Amino acid sequence: MMEPQTIVPISVGEVVQKAEQEKKDGCRLVLMSCTKIDDIFEVIYSYEKDLRLKNYRITVKQGDEIPSISGIYWGSFVYENEMNDLFGLNVTGINIDFKGHFFQTSVKHPFSVTITKEDDACQNR
Amino acid sequence: MSKQIIIPFGPQHPVLPEPIHLDLVLEDEKVVDAIPTIGYVHRGLEKLVEKREFPEYVFIAERICGICSFIHSQAYVQGIEQIMGLEVPERAQFLRTIWGEYSRMHSHLLWLGLFADSMGFESVFMNAWRLREHLLDDMEATTGGRVIQGVCKVGGVRKDISPEKLDEMLKGLRTLEHELRDLLNVFLYDSSIKYRLKGLGKLSSEDAYYLGAVGPTARGSGIDIDMRSTGYGAFDRINFKPVVEHDGDCYARCAVRAKELFTSIDIIDQCIRKMPDGPVDMKFTGAPDGEYFSRAEQPRGEVVHYIKGNGKRNILRHRVRTPTFTNIPPLVTLLKGVELADVPVVVLTIDPCIGCSER
Repeated sequence: MMEPQTIVPISVGEVVQKAEQEKKDGCRLVLMSCTKIDDIFEVIYSYEKDLRLKNYRITVKQGDEIPSISGIYWGSFVYENEMNDLFGLNVTGINIDFKGHFFQTSVKHPFSVTITKEDDACQNR
Repeated sequence: MSKQIIIPFGPQHPVLPEPIHLDLVLEDEKVVDAIPTIGYVHRGLEKLVEKREFPEYVFIAERICGICSFIHSQAYVQGIEQIMGLEVPERAQFLRTIWGEYSRMHSHLLWLGLFADSMGFESVFMNAWRLREHLLDDMEATTGGRVIQGVCKVGGVRKDISPEKLDEMLKGLRTLEHELRDLLNVFLYDSSIKYRLKGLGKLSSEDAYYLGAVGPTARGSGIDIDMRSTGYGAFDRINFKPVVEHDGDCYARCAVRAKELFTSIDIIDQCIRKMPDGPVDMKFTGAPDGEYFSRAEQPRGEVVHYIKGNGKRNILRHRVRTPTFTNIPPLVTLLKGVELADVPVVVLTIDPCIGCSER
């Protein structure tokens, strides 16, 4: 038996307000997830209470500012630094801002590019 | 106020099999802050969905970690199955649950050995790993693999277990339970273990909840979060109660893992007794078109596999939030106030799996 899920679209301006509301309602932050589709980035904030997920999605472009929710959920700095390091997203006001050095990657923003089969430099494919 | 100094802990450290770095800010011998850095061995496995078709990507999902490998593959395939609306045969769900619990037990025993070794308790280390071998033997006999099973697939599982083998496993688990009880009585009720762990590295239930702690780290602080309660796999058909301790210290986190070994044996026992007949896989056509957050309970806590597909053979996004990744903020918090000499022990009580975090 798997839980039914929905994802509610919100604007970037509502991110902090939603986080405050969810914390007030007694929800924990489960994860923040980023997906690159063409030239836009979808960021999903997932909260949970009593094993029920609540998901909110914002859509941004490279360079757009995303406000940090680390002032509300202190532990969100791991997700926000991850989005910064892997996708190159501009999350502002993070409580512990590693400025691109949380992940020690050899390639800058490795998840900001999409590799197709045709572009694959892998020898065994 | 004493002068503050910063001592680097890791990325290479005798108690860490994998690299994580902590900058420990100390006043005298006391930790006042800890700043983590990860990503030393980040592999970018999530990006491989762009190059591998979704049915074969199961093998990559399973290789995110060498310890909780099976449950990674299970969480991935159940996400795909949910998006595609596949009704997986019941017997396959029960088999997945059995192998998942075997994974949990062998992971907990691996941790117990490493943890005991870090404290110089060599006999517990050797006995924990000796008992773990029985579990790995059963995994190998039923799947063909000791740590990477390769048995989970979209629509079911690749192998069945005969009734005779199930009976043999059950008998083996009864013997194991007896030996585990002896071993854990020594570990949990040893005065020096209690002296070392009680009251150390405390994490309040409020901090555990809002900082994102999961698994035994959360349950050791009285937070009853266990994804098995959502009823994935066969968990909606068996009786199960999460192990919860309330002290929030190192001892409580250890006690949760120790007691979970017996819960896992009980779950496997129920699965074997209730095992339905029938096929173990199903055929399907098409590709996932939609998105889903598939959640499962790893040995270290809740894992989330986010899958987004657009009806093509290569899915758009596979994002894995592993338990150790979300246990980093609680770790940083519970290190504050501990003595420098206790840091290795405190770090090991969250059972960090850097391989998972560096997916």
